[in-house]
Amino acid sequence: MSAVMENQPHEVLMEVRDLTKYFPITGGLFSRVVGHVKAVDGVSFDLRRGETLGLVGESGCGKTTTGRAVLRLIEPTSGTIKFEGQDITHYNKQQMRALRRQMQIIFQDPFGSLNPRMSVEQIIEEPLVIHHMGNRKEREARVRELLDVVGLASYHMRRYPHEFSGGQRQRIGIARALALNPKLIVADEPVSALDVSIQSQILNLLEDLQAEFGLTYLFIAHGLNVIRHISDRVGVMYLGAMAEIASSEDIYRKPLHPYTEALFSAIPIPNPDIKRERIILQGDVPSPVNPPSGCRFHTRCPIAQEKCRVERPVLKESEPDHWVACHFR
Amino acid sequence: MPHRVLDVKNLSTYFFTEDGPVKSVDQVSFYIDSEETLAVVGESGCGKSVTSLSIMQLIPSPPGKIVGGEILFQGEDLLKKSPDEMRKIRGNQIAMIFQEPMTSLNPVYTIGDQIAEAVILHQKLDKRKAWERAVEMLREVGIPSPEKRAHEYPHQMSGGMRQRVMIAMAMSCNPSLLIADEPTTALDVTIQAQILDLMRKLKREFHTAIMLITHDLGVVAEMADRVVVMYAGKIVEESPTVDLFREPLHPYTQGLLESIPRLDQPTSEKLHVIDGTVPNPLHLPKGCTFAPRCPKAMDVCREKAPTLTAVSEGRKVSCWMHVDPQHVDPPTDGSGKEVAS
Repeated sequence: MSAVMENQPHEVLMEVRDLTKYFPITGGLFSRVVGHVKAVDGVSFDLRRGETLGLVGESGCGKTTTGRAVLRLIEPTSGTIKFEGQDITHYNKQQMRALRRQMQIIFQDPFGSLNPRMSVEQIIEEPLVIHHMGNRKEREARVRELLDVVGLASYHMRRYPHEFSGGQRQRIGIARALALNPKLIVADEPVSALDVSIQSQILNLLEDLQAEFGLTYLFIAHGLNVIRHISDRVGVMYLGAMAEIASSEDIYRKPLHPYTEALFSAIPIPNPDIKRERIILQGDVPSPVNPPSGCRFHTRCPIAQEKCRVERPVLKESEPDHWVACHFR
Repeated sequence: MPHRVLDVKNLSTYFFTEDGPVKSVDQVSFYIDSEETLAVVGESGCGKSVTSLSIMQLIPSPPGKIVGGEILFQGEDLLKKSPDEMRKIRGNQIAMIFQEPMTSLNPVYTIGDQIAEAVILHQKLDKRKAWERAVEMLREVGIPSPEKRAHEYPHQMSGGMRQRVMIAMAMSCNPSLLIADEPTTALDVTIQAQILDLMRKLKREFHTAIMLITHDLGVVAEMADRVVVMYAGKIVEESPTVDLFREPLHPYTQGLLESIPRLDQPTSEKLHVIDGTVPNPLHLPKGCTFAPRCPKAMDVCREKAPTLTAVSEGRKVSCWMHVDPQHVDPPTDGSGKEVAS
């Protein structure tokens, strides 16, 4: 949990409005564009300073694309992204580079995201070099400090990524993300590849770092238990759209969107004494190339009606600070 | 009446690497009865998959070798079978489904052909009958319009559909033991719920014994009748599912259960952490392999390895804290089965 006080007005760090990202599909002899994968299609949310906003959803729901698009690691097709009040949607390369000090990313795959030919020191130092921060000695001191912060001994500096376990590599990735003292960290499935006992170590570390440095996290994961544990607020995505967004407590206690409800009821709970009504959704997630008309969930929704086939629901505030995109909730 | 389908006794599988032998599975014993689901839980490298591959005798050799023990399947020792006899058992009486449904299907054959192949081989049916059987199995696992889908190739199906095809193939010869190695790990939660539901249904219909290998304790709680927990190649605890979750005995099991973020509990508290990492299998610590990470380790733990000892009805644990008979809990007469299914 972050250090956001209950009664303080929320200060918005990042504001995302109507974000879309279409990936073109090319085909034929001249690679003409024959269609689009609508990975993200009209997503809006606020990221409040000091909070952890969790993004959940199944594969292909667009959560990763959203995470990368708000950092402009991929160019959004349309929509606006404001960071500390500044519209950064059309920042040029130079402006973005300066801004990247403020926003960093941690990746899922602790194996693929570290260059195997660089030592740990070089990996963590690289962002400092790129941003011309400090001289050699200062940078080395900073790397030592960062290793200490993430719980690695400084003698690890001269070693290479292959010498580390998955959990340790993830710590290296976190140290690299912290190097420039960012305000925002997008954590893209940071614990999915780790074993349970290591996963809890990394989750606790991320929480400690947030408290210590006042970080804001956009935390992307498909594990609902992880999301519920670490997030202050949770956004549930389905097929490129935001289905529901509310505080972690509310969304678990009283999910409003039928998809959220089904998603929570589908998670096996490690307690055989608990018996639950389980909602098993039929069928698969439709293709984002041709998403269903109207509400995207209507093909699998247990309460869908004619209106859902025609009209796309907008995200509205059904209860205080509890937003849902459903005609009937 | 339930009967013993599989009885593994003191199984040891080592991998002989350049740096020395790795004891992937070390003196492991467990059993599975018909119509029963046994879950094998543990983290990466604990030996759960090697155990299942040893049963199937699919251990790559060299470097792997089953160095000792017995695998009694329907009363007969599989380790004494010739490769030819094993081939007749594999896919027929013992079937297996894997984690990755894409790589375990052949991309250049239709799914109907792939299921029919096993049926022709083991059940001696002719081609047309085998195809009919394949379609029937696809219907059984809930694939819509199976007559049509049987002509499709694996790439035309989604992950959940492919896993259904794998299950259809595994069940096509009506096996008495199904080994499912992380069958839902690669799937999304809503699809996982469908597949778990399907496995429960098939177990009821076919009375198959299921060995479910997983790292997900939630899946264990929903699916298994009994559980064995593995750590560094050894079984550290064996228990009926309900008892294990109510009162885990081994400190490793306790740590595992406490370190998962829970949906059914408040989130404000910090997660429990098991310190350190799994030991290097080449240099296992002396005494109990979990002792270096164990919050309750005593002097004896670092000196002498405990053995798996029965402490009450159906419960065994390998821990020096529990060898004292005073610690034994009242017997539970296996009533947990009802709640877990």
